[in-house]
Amino acid sequence: MKIHEYQARDLFRAYGIPVPDGAVCHTVDEVRALVPDDNQLRVIKAQVHAGGRGKAGGVKLARSKADAIENASKILGMDIKGYTVEKVLVANAVDISKEFYVGLINDRNTKSVTLMASAEGGVEIEEVAKVSPEKIIKLSINPVAGLMDWQAREIAFKLFTDIKHVRAATDILKKLYKLYIETDSTLAEINPLVITEQGEVMAIDGKMNFDDNALFRQDDILAMREVTEDEQKEIDANEKGLSYIKLDGSIGCMVNGAGLAMATMDMIKLYGGEPANFLDIGGSSNPQKVIDAMNILLGDTNVKAVMINIFGGITRCDDVARGLIIALEQIKTDIPIVVRLSGTNAKEGLEMLKATGLPTVSTMSEAAQKAIELSK
Amino acid sequence: MSILINKETKLIVQGITGRDGAFHAGKMKAYGTHVVGGVSPGKGGQHIDGVPIFNTVKEAREATDANASVIFVPAPFAADAILEASFAGIELVIAITEGVPQQDMIRVMPFIKQNGTKLIGPNCPGLITPGECLIGILPGNIFLQGNIGLMSRSGTLTYEVVNLLTENGLGQTTCVGIGGDPVAGLYYQDLLQMFEDDPKTDAVVLIGEIGGDAEEQAAKFIKEKMTKPVVAFIAGQTAPPGKRMGHAGAIISSGSGTAEEKIKAFGDAGVPVAKEPSQIPGLIKSKLGL
Repeated sequence: MKIHEYQARDLFRAYGIPVPDGAVCHTVDEVRALVPDDNQLRVIKAQVHAGGRGKAGGVKLARSKADAIENASKILGMDIKGYTVEKVLVANAVDISKEFYVGLINDRNTKSVTLMASAEGGVEIEEVAKVSPEKIIKLSINPVAGLMDWQAREIAFKLFTDIKHVRAATDILKKLYKLYIETDSTLAEINPLVITEQGEVMAIDGKMNFDDNALFRQDDILAMREVTEDEQKEIDANEKGLSYIKLDGSIGCMVNGAGLAMATMDMIKLYGGEPANFLDIGGSSNPQKVIDAMNILLGDTNVKAVMINIFGGITRCDDVARGLIIALEQIKTDIPIVVRLSGTNAKEGLEMLKATGLPTVSTMSEAAQKAIELSK
Repeated sequence: MSILINKETKLIVQGITGRDGAFHAGKMKAYGTHVVGGVSPGKGGQHIDGVPIFNTVKEAREATDANASVIFVPAPFAADAILEASFAGIELVIAITEGVPQQDMIRVMPFIKQNGTKLIGPNCPGLITPGECLIGILPGNIFLQGNIGLMSRSGTLTYEVVNLLTENGLGQTTCVGIGGDPVAGLYYQDLLQMFEDDPKTDAVVLIGEIGGDAEEQAAKFIKEKMTKPVVAFIAGQTAPPGKRMGHAGAIISSGSGTAEEKIKAFGDAGVPVAKEPSQIPGLIKSKLGL
C-alpha cells in the first residue's frame, strides 16, 4: 500500500522527524484560507501516486499569497501520468545547503531491513545507484537488536562532518527505523534529507510503502488508504477472492494461479495479441468465483475475446466447467470464449462444456492463438 | 536419490485440525508420505484420520522422531509456528501459509539460521520427490520419477511445466516450490547446489518470475558453480510496470527485476530460456543429448 507525501510527512512529524511547516489542501479556497499574506517562500506540490511530477509541472514555488493561489489552481485538476491531482501540499520552502538520501527497505537478498544512505541526495538517486554504487552506503539491520545507536551514528559520520549535524541525523535515522518497524513498512525514504542554510537537518520529501499482508494489524495506516477507480476494481475483486489488474489489451483472460496467469499474458503477446488484464481466480473451483470473474472480464468494453486457462491440480477442471456453465446461463454475451482445461478431471470438464458449444482446446498456445483469431 | 525429502522423511502437520491442514494431511498420506503426527494447541491426545495430535511441536517430535514439518496455520501465527518447529529441532520446515507479514519473516531468519533449520516458503505449494514423499498442496498424480530437478516461484505454472515434462517422458528427482514472497527461506542457489550434489539429478528446470533479482543471482551461481545443464522460463515478460518498490527497490538490486534483465543474465550463464512452457521439454532433451 502506498501513501502520499503529505501523509508520510505526517508520520515523520508524529515520530519527531523534522519537516518544514505545511499542510495539505484540496481546493483553492483551502489554500486561500491557509496561506497568510506574508513574504514566506512556499512550495506547492501535487499529491499523486506517480513519479516525475516535478517534470510534469506539478511542483511550483510561490513568493506570495496570490502566487500560491494561482499556482495551486494550476496544479489542482492537472493530469500527471493518468492521475488527476486532487490535492496539493503547501509547505514552507527552505534554503537548502546540501541534499542527502536515506532509505529503509526489506531486502530480499539479505532477508533483513537494509538501511541505505548517500551524500548524493536529490531526485537522481537511481542514477547514482547505477553509475556509482559505491556512493551508496548499505547496512543490513539485525531484527533482534534493531538499528543500534552506534550504527546510526557511524552512518551519520559518513554523511556529515559537523557533530551537530551528525547528532541530528543519528536521531532521525533511529526515528525512521522505529516508524518503519512499527508501521510494517516495506519502504521508507527521505529524499532529500537536507542541511538548511540555518544549519538544521530536515526531511524535505518522503515516501512510504506498507506491507499489504500486515494491514490487518495496522488500522491507522489502513485509514490512510486512498484508491483510484482502477484500484477500487482490484480491491473489489480481491474481496471476492480474485486477483485482478486491468490492462489495455483486448484479450480478457481468466487463469488459476498468478504464475500461470502471467505466463498466459506472455503467451497472448507472443502470438501477437494484447492481454486486457491479469486475473487469477486462485485455488478454489467455487462456481461463484468463475461467475464473478466472468462479470469483471465482460464488464471491460475493450475485451473482444476471452481466454480461460485452467490447469487442474487441487482445482478440479469439472468444477470449473460447472461454474462456467452456471456463469454463462446468467451472463448472456456475444464475446467469443475459448476454454483450455488441463490436468485433474480435464476430460470430464471438456465433456461437460461440449453442450455449450464453446471452443475448447487442450494446450495454452492453442488457446491463445484461437482467442486472438476470434477477437478479430 | 533426491533432495531434501525421500521415503524416510517423517512429517508432522502444524495446523492439522484446520480445513486446509486436515484436507492436505489426508492427501499427503494417500500419496504415501509418512504423516506421523499433527500439532494443534488444545487438541493434544486426539486423533484425526488415525494421525495423533499433539499440543506442541516439541511433544510431537519427541513422540514421533519427525524431521520435517509443514505449516498450514493462519498468516498472523505462521512465523511463530516456524519458530516453534525450528526450536523443537525440526530440520526441514515448509510454510504453505499465504499472506505472512514481511517483518515477521525477517524476525524469523536469524533464529532459523542459528538453529540450522531449512525453510521452504512461506506462500509456497511445497515439494515432492515423486513416488516417495509429497509435502504441501501439489497434485501428486502429474509427477513422474526420473532425473530432472525442478524449482519454481509459482504454483500452477509449476504443474503446467511438470505435466509437460511427464508427458514427454522426463521424470523428476525432486520438484520444489520456493514460494513467491519477497522474504523467504531456501532460494534458487541453495537448491541448485543440492541438485548439483545429487547423483540422480541430470538436469534442472528453473521457473522464475519478474521482480527482485533471485533469477540474476541464480544465473551467477550457475555460471560459477554448476556443471549440470539448467533450462529456465520467466513468467511475466509482458507484465505491466508499477510493482516496483520506489527508488529503493531499484537501488537494492541495482536496477534489476525485469524479464529482459533476467533472460540476459541466464543467456550469459549459458542457460536457455524457453519462450513458452511447451518449449521446455525440447530444451532439456537437447541439453541431455536425447
